[in-house]
Amino acid sequence: MSGPKPNELIEKIDYNPPQKGWMDVPVKIRKGMYCYASNPKSVEYVHLPHARPWNPLEEDWKLPDNWKEIVHNAFRERLDRFRSFKVFMDICVRCGACADKCHFFIGTGDPKNMPVLRAELLRSVYRNDFTTAGKILGKVAGARELTLDVLKEWWYYFFQCTECRRCSVFCPYGIDTAEITIMAREIFNLLGLNIDWIATPVANCYRTGNHLGIQPHAFKEMIEFFVDDIEEKTGVKVEPSFNKKGADILFVTPSGDVFADPGTYTAMGYLMLFHYLKEQGLNVTWSTYASEGGNFGFFTSHEMMKRLNSKMYAEAKRLGVKWILGGECGHMWRVINQYMDTMNGPADFLEEPISPITGTKFTNAKSTKMVHLSEFTADLIYHNKLKLDKSRNDNLIVTYHDSCNPARGMGLFDEPRYVINSVCNHFHDMPRNTIREQTFCCGSGSGLNAGEDTELRLCGGLPRANAVKHVHEKFGVNMLATICAIDRAALPPLMDYWVPGVGVTGLTEMVANALIMPGEAERTTNLRGEPLPGMEE
Amino acid sequence: MRLDELLTQKKTAIIDKWFDVVADTYPADTAGFIKRQKDPFANPVGGTTQKSLTVLMDELLGEMNHDKIDSFLDPIIRIRAVQDFTPSRAISFVFSLKKIIRNQLNKSDFNDHRILAELFEFDLKIDLIGLTAFDIYMKCREKIYQIKANEEKNRTFSAFERAGLIKELPGSGPELA
Repeated sequence: MSGPKPNELIEKIDYNPPQKGWMDVPVKIRKGMYCYASNPKSVEYVHLPHARPWNPLEEDWKLPDNWKEIVHNAFRERLDRFRSFKVFMDICVRCGACADKCHFFIGTGDPKNMPVLRAELLRSVYRNDFTTAGKILGKVAGARELTLDVLKEWWYYFFQCTECRRCSVFCPYGIDTAEITIMAREIFNLLGLNIDWIATPVANCYRTGNHLGIQPHAFKEMIEFFVDDIEEKTGVKVEPSFNKKGADILFVTPSGDVFADPGTYTAMGYLMLFHYLKEQGLNVTWSTYASEGGNFGFFTSHEMMKRLNSKMYAEAKRLGVKWILGGECGHMWRVINQYMDTMNGPADFLEEPISPITGTKFTNAKSTKMVHLSEFTADLIYHNKLKLDKSRNDNLIVTYHDSCNPARGMGLFDEPRYVINSVCNHFHDMPRNTIREQTFCCGSGSGLNAGEDTELRLCGGLPRANAVKHVHEKFGVNMLATICAIDRAALPPLMDYWVPGVGVTGLTEMVANALIMPGEAERTTNLRGEPLPGMEE
Repeated sequence: MRLDELLTQKKTAIIDKWFDVVADTYPADTAGFIKRQKDPFANPVGGTTQKSLTVLMDELLGEMNHDKIDSFLDPIIRIRAVQDFTPSRAISFVFSLKKIIRNQLNKSDFNDHRILAELFEFDLKIDLIGLTAFDIYMKCREKIYQIKANEEKNRTFSAFERAGLIKELPGSGPELA
């Protein structure tokens, strides 16, 4: 019998990927790793150009004929406009300090997700188009021409970055790779190449006031439904106010808290906390118009971010409040802390925030006039203004996920931990190199929390889940607390896949469960309707 | 000397080589990182792989406890089931152990009928782990589809609920396993 012998066949089997330079490895858009293209109606609604149906898996992306010119001009304009972008293009020495710090690189194992290499995708074209060395030496100088395949590669990998900025913590030059991603996505928007999980929430937020396009009456109805639910579980009827002119404080939170579990329990927590503080002098109102803390404009363009951010300040002005209290949100805080002041600020028409309960001045919010609920709550607890029964959370063994934006973006590390330790008896932090400023992203931020890219999200969430698994196995951790609505939506499926047996909660949900409300009936269940410790049948 | 003894003596070297085989299924830059970074939280793929392979090798040389094999094979397959691997490439590393073990033997060992018979038996144990790996791989893929389906169903349910179409069932959600 002729044909190859078994040992010859075995020798030929090679499971290893080909050894090629990165420029020679063509992009392969894999299902499960990308998000669907934007709905043209959403693109049109906010007057962004080149709205059309297109499919990333098809060869023809139906680009405008002069797409190369558009990219080149947009690139040049941004180099001129943003000094940081120009510097980031020039100063990287490819030391590799960032290379292994990205959750997408660690999780996917794809070298093009090393932040240095992801940036190099753009930088190579920068060298070719805008530097003398690149123009003369070409590939030798790390330069390459912009082709359709290069554009597709950009699109695939810049939507595999959550702009979490973990890599930038390790860069000796302080290059913020998130800003490189931001620029790439701005350029995509000039070609009509956004993803729908960003484009449609942007359009909805612009038109109706929140990502889901929930109209004011429905928003109010949903909160009234929470009011009934709270009464059922605590015997206390809370009375929230809406669009109240002359209120002291406007409360803005991500709409996810109002419409998606388990964020809804956190929303109930807000309502209970505000009701509790009413007698102590808190005069706070919800807006059914500025009904979104999140800002997906941040993932579209600077202009769109400014446009959406301005709504909450316009509403604060309309209602005549003194300052704004912000709920448990992620990138809302990055926008407020890093961009708002020079974008729509300073908010001179508002007052420097002072807690009406404790008199604490939030000097950190002197200019933006917006205070994070965790700071506000931590201050209340510090001044003994909340009556708490920690034992109601005794069934929980808690760890805390530092959401990237409040943690890395604004340095909020200790307040949430202080609150958790004040409302529950069992808390264990994850390993040091996975929390605080080194926190690992949930893998679904910056508009990537869609359903069609589940594999990408599970890969990106691996380092976070791996650390949760450690405290789950070592300390029996069964609850992951967090202060971001995207986290609350993204982490449950992540836990379901990697660490079954760990739930997800917002901070204020735990606070509300421990909070002893004046006039409350005997509490037998938590806000989820589960029996409190000692109340099991 | 019996095959088991021989392999027990060389266990560390075999696990190291097996680890390298897993790492080398990734592109070179990634493989270098997986081999170099020893912190299991900075390098979950490497940390998980090291832990899994060590226990699997112990079981191959010991009891072949199915529950233990299952629980230590699961984390490594769970990772590979979401990464850019075909099903065969995702579990290929199990079978690579056959070649690694053969490379540890001397030429004369292949003339020893007793060792050859033991080698045949050992191969069967590796096959068993390979089959378990296939089961786990499928379980993981099914879980991914279930997660996708649940997210879609929850979204649709919420949309209907918001539209007031199922008001008679406040607070309840679709019952999915």
